Amino acid sequence: MSATAVTSAPLSVEAVLRAVEGPAAGAVITFVGLVRNHNQGRQVLFLDYEAYAPLAEKALALIVDEAEGRWSGARMAIHHRTGRLEIGDASVVIAVATPHRADAFAACRYAIERIKQIVPIWKHEHFEGGEVWIEGATADAHDEGARDTALKIACA
Amino acid sequence: MRVTVRLFARLRELVGSGELALEVPGGTTVADVWTALVAAHPAAEAYTRSMSCAVNLDYARMTSAVADGDEVAFLPPVSGGEERRGA
Repeated sequence: MSATAVTSAPLSVEAVLRAVEGPAAGAVITFVGLVRNHNQGRQVLFLDYEAYAPLAEKALALIVDEAEGRWSGARMAIHHRTGRLEIGDASVVIAVATPHRADAFAACRYAIERIKQIVPIWKHEHFEGGEVWIEGATADAHDEGARDTALKIACA
Repeated sequence: MRVTVRLFARLRELVGSGELALEVPGGTTVADVWTALVAAHPAAEAYTRSMSCAVNLDYARMTSAVADGDEVAFLPPVSGGEERRGA
């Protein structure tokens, strides 16, 4: 299984874990993002994730490269799902293995912050009474300020 | 020359298409392509201040040059990952 994927198929935590396993790992952290049933006072029915898939895969690979460069010995994998997701479904799975646990926690936090900054994926929220496109960060992979922000959050 | 414009999410809905061909003059930048898009589809103007752009699957600047046959994508603010904090 490859380290990064943008897929309409259900995500497998096991598959993401397998992508980072190795004898140098002393700790592995997994993060699973889920679709929850409420957002800003709205009763969420389901979410539809739209991606610019080839650029999203490149952006995920860039995040993996950034993290593996920043935390020595780290191995990271990220899979992101697209299409219609029901309440409780996993939208994103991150796994990171490092020699020591502190780096794994930090690298995992870094990855989810960066995903929200630079991966071209959009969430279309369908709620009780309507629908809305959720919009977050203006994406720019070359924005060093955004990267510094993610690093600060990861290492806080 | 002709470029392919890719649009996503709410911007795609405003324009009514996720992919369209635009005729633009040679020596064009991403900003010129955006101007041509807004001229043809005024609803897109809502994203002038908040969108980012990519050329041939690399994030680009509005000042980046565009060549014949390029794929120019305009991206509304992204919202992948898990749900943001909310009530």
